[in-house]
Amino acid sequence: MSSQTIAGAGASGDPIIEFRGVSYSAGSNGAKPILDGISLAIRSGETVVLLGKSGAGKTTLLKLVNRMLVPSSGEVFVEGQATATWDVIRLRRGIGYVIQHVGLFPHFNVRRNVTLVPSLEKWSKDRQEKRYAEVMQLVGLDPREFGKRLPNQLSGGQRQRVGVARALAADPPILLMDEPFGALDPVTRADLQKEFHELAERLGKTIVLVTHDLREALLLGSRIVLMDKGRVVADASAESFPSLAQPLVQEYVASQQTTVEDS
Amino acid sequence: MNFWQFSVSHQKEIWAATREHLTLVFIAMLIAVAIALPLGMFIVGRPRLQSIALGLANIFQTIPSLALFGFLIPIPFLGGIGTRTAVVALVLYALLPILRNTCVGLSGVDPVILEAAEAMGMTERQILFRVRVPLARSILIAGIRTSTVITIGVATIAAAIGAGGLGVFIFRGVAMVSNAVILAGAVPAALLALAADYLLGWLERRLRVG
Repeated sequence: MSSQTIAGAGASGDPIIEFRGVSYSAGSNGAKPILDGISLAIRSGETVVLLGKSGAGKTTLLKLVNRMLVPSSGEVFVEGQATATWDVIRLRRGIGYVIQHVGLFPHFNVRRNVTLVPSLEKWSKDRQEKRYAEVMQLVGLDPREFGKRLPNQLSGGQRQRVGVARALAADPPILLMDEPFGALDPVTRADLQKEFHELAERLGKTIVLVTHDLREALLLGSRIVLMDKGRVVADASAESFPSLAQPLVQEYVASQQTTVEDS
Repeated sequence: MNFWQFSVSHQKEIWAATREHLTLVFIAMLIAVAIALPLGMFIVGRPRLQSIALGLANIFQTIPSLALFGFLIPIPFLGGIGTRTAVVALVLYALLPILRNTCVGLSGVDPVILEAAEAMGMTERQILFRVRVPLARSILIAGIRTSTVITIGVATIAAAIGAGGLGVFIFRGVAMVSNAVILAGAVPAALLALAADYLLGWLERRLRVG
C-alpha cells in the first residue's frame, strides 16, 4: 500500500484543491470545449459552491478533482500534487463523492454500502462497525434499524442520507457533491439542506458542491463560484455574492426572487 | 409395439442412454461456461474484441449441427468418431448464448452505480467482481439456461458420430420407421430440456437483484 494519502485539514495554508489554467474538451478530437482556462484555489475547510446553469461546466470541474476526468490542458492539484501523478485509487479513496442519483449498490445492504471504502481499505471489523454507527448517527439514521435494509427499501431522502454516510465513512478530508439534493421533493430537500449545513459546519471538511439553485448555494456555501459557458464569472463569499454587480449575478438573484414569489 | 410397451421393455437401455446424454451435456456445458464466462468478462468494454468474439460464436451457431459434427470428424485431436468430437461440437454451440448474455449483462449495469464505484476508488477488478457480476448474475444464468436447453437438443445428433445418448433411439427409430422407437429418445430428451429450463429459470429468478 502506498504511503500517499490525503492529509486533510490543518496541513498548511496552501490550497487543498487548486485548478491552474484548466481547460477541458469533450469529443474525440476535443471538438466540444466545456471548460476554458479555469484557475481556482480552494482552501482547507471551505465549502465552495459551484453555481451555474446546466452546461456551465460545474460537474466537469468537480470530476476533475478526483480524476474521473482528466484536463485537456492545465493541471489540477490536490494537496499540492497534480492529480495526474496521484495513484488514482488512493486519491479517490480520500475524497468522498455524493451524486444526485446516489448510486447505492442495490445488491448491498445499507451497512455494506456505507462501509465499502473502509472495507476496501481493510479496516478491522470492529473499526468498521464503530465507524458505521458513527456516520449513520451523523446523517440522522438509526444504524440498527437500517443496517440490513436494501436500497430499494429506503425513501429518496433516506437513500441520500445513506449516500452521504457512505461518502463520509472513511473520513475523507474532501467531499465532492453533485446536486446532492436535486432529486428530492421540496420538503425533504429543505430538511436535508438544513441538516447538512449543520453537519458541514461541525465536520470542518473541504466541500465542493454543485448546484443550480442560488438559495441552496447561499444556505450551504461559505464561498460561491458562479460559472457560465466553461468560465468562472464571479467568485465571492456567500455574504457578499448577492450584491455583486456582475449582470449574470443579478440575473440569478432576480430569477431566484421570482421563483420564491411564485411558490 | 407402441411407445409405452417399447419404453417398458427397453427401460434399462433408455436409462443408460439418458445418463450418457446428461453426461455429454454436463461436460459440454462445464467447458462452455469455463470458456465463455471469463471470455465475456475480458471482452466487455473492448468493443473490437467483443464484435470478433461474438461474430465467431455466431458463425458456429449458424452451421447446421449435423454438418458441424461432420466437419469435426477429420480434424486431429478434436475430431474423430465418438464422445470427444461430440463434446467439442456441443461446446461450440453452447458458447454464443453465454457469451452474449455475459456481455449484455456486464455492460448493462446502471452507469450511475458504476460511476459511484469508480469514484469511491474501486479498482477495475473490484468493480467487475463486486459490482458488475453480482448485478448481472441473473442475466448470466439466463444465458447458461438458453445454452443448456439448446445443448440438450443438439446432443441427440451426437449419436450420428457414435457418441451415444438419446439420439441413438431417434436414429434407430428413423431407420426402422418406428415412431415408438423415435419417441423413446425424443420424449426423455424433451423432458430433460424442460427440467433444465425450469431449474435454471428458478435460479435466474432467485438471483435477480432488486
